[in-house]
Amino acid sequence: MSAENDRTPDDRTPLLEITNLAVSYRTAGGTIAAVRDASLTVHAGETVAIVGESGSGKSTTAHAVVQLLPSTASIAGGTVRFEGRDVTKISRVELRGLRGRAIGFVPQDPTVSLNPVQRIGRQVAEVLEIHGLADRRTAAARAIDALAEAGLPDPARQAQQYPHELSGGMRQRVLIAIALIARPALVIADEPTSALDVTVQRQILDRIDQLKQELGTAVLLITHDLGVAADRADRIVVMSQGEVVEQGTPAEVLGSPSHPYTRALIAAAPSLDLDAPFAEPVRVTDATGSADASGETDAAGQALAAAFGPLVVAHDLVKEFPVPRAAGGGVHRAVDGVSFAIPRGRTLALVGESGSGKSTTARLVLRLAEPTSGSVEFDGVDLTSLGSGAVRRFRRRAQLVHQNPYASLNPRLPIGRIVSDPLEAFGVGTRAERRRRVEELLDVVALPAGTIDRKPAELSGGQRQRVAIARALALAPDLVVLDEPVSALDVSIQDQILTLLTEIQGEFGVSYLFISHDLAVVRRIAHDVIVLRDGHVVEAGETSRLFRDPREAYTQELLDAIPGRAARA
Amino acid sequence: MVRYVLLRLLQAVGVLWAAYTVSFLVLYALPGDPVTLLAGADATDITPAQLDALRAELGLDRPLIVQYLDQLAAVLRGDLGTSIVTGRPVTEIIGEALPPTIAIAAFALVIAVVAGAGIAIAANYTRHRWLADVLLGLPPLGVAVPAFWFGLMLIQWFSFTVPIFPAVGDRGFISLVLPAITLALPTGATIAQLLSKSLSNTLREPYVDTAWAKGASRARVHLGHALKNAALPALTVTGLIVGQLLSGTVVTETVFSRPGIGRVTAGAVQQQDVPVVQGVVLVAAIAFVLANLAVDLVAPLLDPRIVTTGARSPRRGAAAAAARPAARPASARPAASASGARPAPVASATAVSAAATTQGEPA
Repeated sequence: MSAENDRTPDDRTPLLEITNLAVSYRTAGGTIAAVRDASLTVHAGETVAIVGESGSGKSTTAHAVVQLLPSTASIAGGTVRFEGRDVTKISRVELRGLRGRAIGFVPQDPTVSLNPVQRIGRQVAEVLEIHGLADRRTAAARAIDALAEAGLPDPARQAQQYPHELSGGMRQRVLIAIALIARPALVIADEPTSALDVTVQRQILDRIDQLKQELGTAVLLITHDLGVAADRADRIVVMSQGEVVEQGTPAEVLGSPSHPYTRALIAAAPSLDLDAPFAEPVRVTDATGSADASGETDAAGQALAAAFGPLVVAHDLVKEFPVPRAAGGGVHRAVDGVSFAIPRGRTLALVGESGSGKSTTARLVLRLAEPTSGSVEFDGVDLTSLGSGAVRRFRRRAQLVHQNPYASLNPRLPIGRIVSDPLEAFGVGTRAERRRRVEELLDVVALPAGTIDRKPAELSGGQRQRVAIARALALAPDLVVLDEPVSALDVSIQDQILTLLTEIQGEFGVSYLFISHDLAVVRRIAHDVIVLRDGHVVEAGETSRLFRDPREAYTQELLDAIPGRAARA
Repeated sequence: MVRYVLLRLLQAVGVLWAAYTVSFLVLYALPGDPVTLLAGADATDITPAQLDALRAELGLDRPLIVQYLDQLAAVLRGDLGTSIVTGRPVTEIIGEALPPTIAIAAFALVIAVVAGAGIAIAANYTRHRWLADVLLGLPPLGVAVPAFWFGLMLIQWFSFTVPIFPAVGDRGFISLVLPAITLALPTGATIAQLLSKSLSNTLREPYVDTAWAKGASRARVHLGHALKNAALPALTVTGLIVGQLLSGTVVTETVFSRPGIGRVTAGAVQQQDVPVVQGVVLVAAIAFVLANLAVDLVAPLLDPRIVTTGARSPRRGAAAAAARPAARPASARPAASASGARPAPVASATAVSAAATTQGEPA
């Protein structure tokens, strides 16, 4: 195990050398080539990022290195040499000796990648026990050290806890501790932060960088975000449809991309595009009705606002949840005095990390939850005063698009039924009329007409989110609440969905309440932004102003967390 | 924790009361009363006046609600009444029948759990596809084979062809083996079916990949990581299976001519010996409630996410509480469908008893 931190290793044998790798999957419809011809090298102490969208074969390539492919996959050709040995040919026992000890692995989703019924400390120490590197007691002590190294605040305590007692970011640190405790020469990090908030993403990637420097570990980083790759990697490998289409240093790949796919990827990455024009600013009014002084004027928006007032006015919203007696009792204030206005035909973004109260605020606006105090006015009517019949009528005018398009569509219904569901619920039109409306909606969200009879499972994530948007638009609502609508999607798909949403707003004049943890995404769509933290409004203002001149330190922190600094600098 | 147990015990008392009340109402709604039955269907030598006298003596002429409250009070004192047919106290009849039944039921439960879990683990562990297919074919077969036929086959093979175990009667441990295996068959098959499915699902979880990536061996991944996670649904079902075992004794004890609750139940139902049937219902309900209480107390030891007192931390508490109900019913759902084949212990006991009597005595 070499632990040198030499940055000019080209003359030596690479630590990892993948040559003409081909991996195929057996499916009911025949074999599918996931990776066709992938070649790349990783030298000791180097960080190499594989970038590509879902289905590009980047994860399959990474998994092939540790032979952690699903049972339906088989290596159709090529070699994967680690320290000179071809891991596709070695015995199971030899492979077990490599895994965990010479090659560490950080998986994608920390919330499901730890054994839920085993204590954290045991799971970290287990690596040393498996490889006979320490006895049980020493291993337990070294696990605590490894947890401290990975940046857990109270490692001795967390070693005694179970995964569900830790946040997602803390669990990812645990997985980093597991990957690094045996001091491997190579760490494979498979989208290690795509399930996390941007601020946490930055902390996690910083920690991996730091440990890499200290330990001289090489890192193979898998990501769909070119911004992340540009910040962290010595070299970038771009994959598309199972093939490596381009590789080089971040400066080469981002500065002079030779392949059209790379150029498309760069254009789509919201984090790399912070110079694009902002969404048109509108006059923002706070709950008291006074205009934001710094606001530039927008004739149309102002005229609308002046004629009818804002669509939604939230005034001093508070939502408290009771805390179970066993946990100390009392109440938890999820939302604490939040006020805002959503102008007609415009987009207001609520930005914050997990637990900032942004989703709860959205639920209050949709009256899916009752505020403890405060009020929400929708088109001049106080929602809190509405009876159940009036609430049902209100539901026609306000719709919701969820974060996860994989979970929000009934898998057993054809797309046509899913989109017409709101129409049926309100008894709109005849069967034939509804079918026409569905066809129209699918056209609006740019899905092929044939989609109407297909099932969700046959669609990609981006297509599913289009279906969810079509469903939300079915009743021609005035307000659509978008709860992290692109967080589960690849950057290139994110771009398409954001463009679609902007077009829809332009055409139908619908208002959006856009919830996100990612300022880079918010920048692309929102006219005004409210930054939330622990239920409080930290800062509110026009998007362009917030980006140019953040007044609060926390806003600056969120801005700094946007990946791609290296590329933008 | 103490609060939780007390709450569960209180709940258990409620369940017992409900079971007793429902069985009271059902049994008294049946056509024909015990006195007529006692006298014989075509009794000509007893005058209606004599029958009425007998009814008065047994308290059957009083209003239903009075009879009910009277009996309930007696039950609370530990008095289950007397058998109409034999005149012996019901507690005595059940007290005699219980030990042999507990012996085969407990033995059968051990066999079912060991064999069921063994098949499930082996089917997932083996790298040979054909072996997995064979092992996974066993549970459906086990559920499909009629217990009385399987019992008779066991007697044929292991008492007559190769005389290892006695065919009938109660001669200590050795005569427990065949009835216990017969009784364990459907139960073990259910456990095997459920655990193998649950285990194969668990082995596809991302945290299992994490274990592989650590370099863990197959045994460590399967037994150290997956089994404990996969065991919960099977454990939940095991609680419900106690009812299955009790109803199974009706057939098993009849086939093997053993004394026990099953035989008592079959006889009492046939002769409409209402106090005895009610006593049996109560015993079955107690067994059921105790088994499920035990399961609920063991479950948090297997899975730390199941909390017995409420949430721990303010914010995550709500999330855990929300996540848990989603997870628990999911694990309990296969249980419900698995026991669907043999619904409630009481209902199937009465249903099966009819079958048992028509099948007749064993060869």
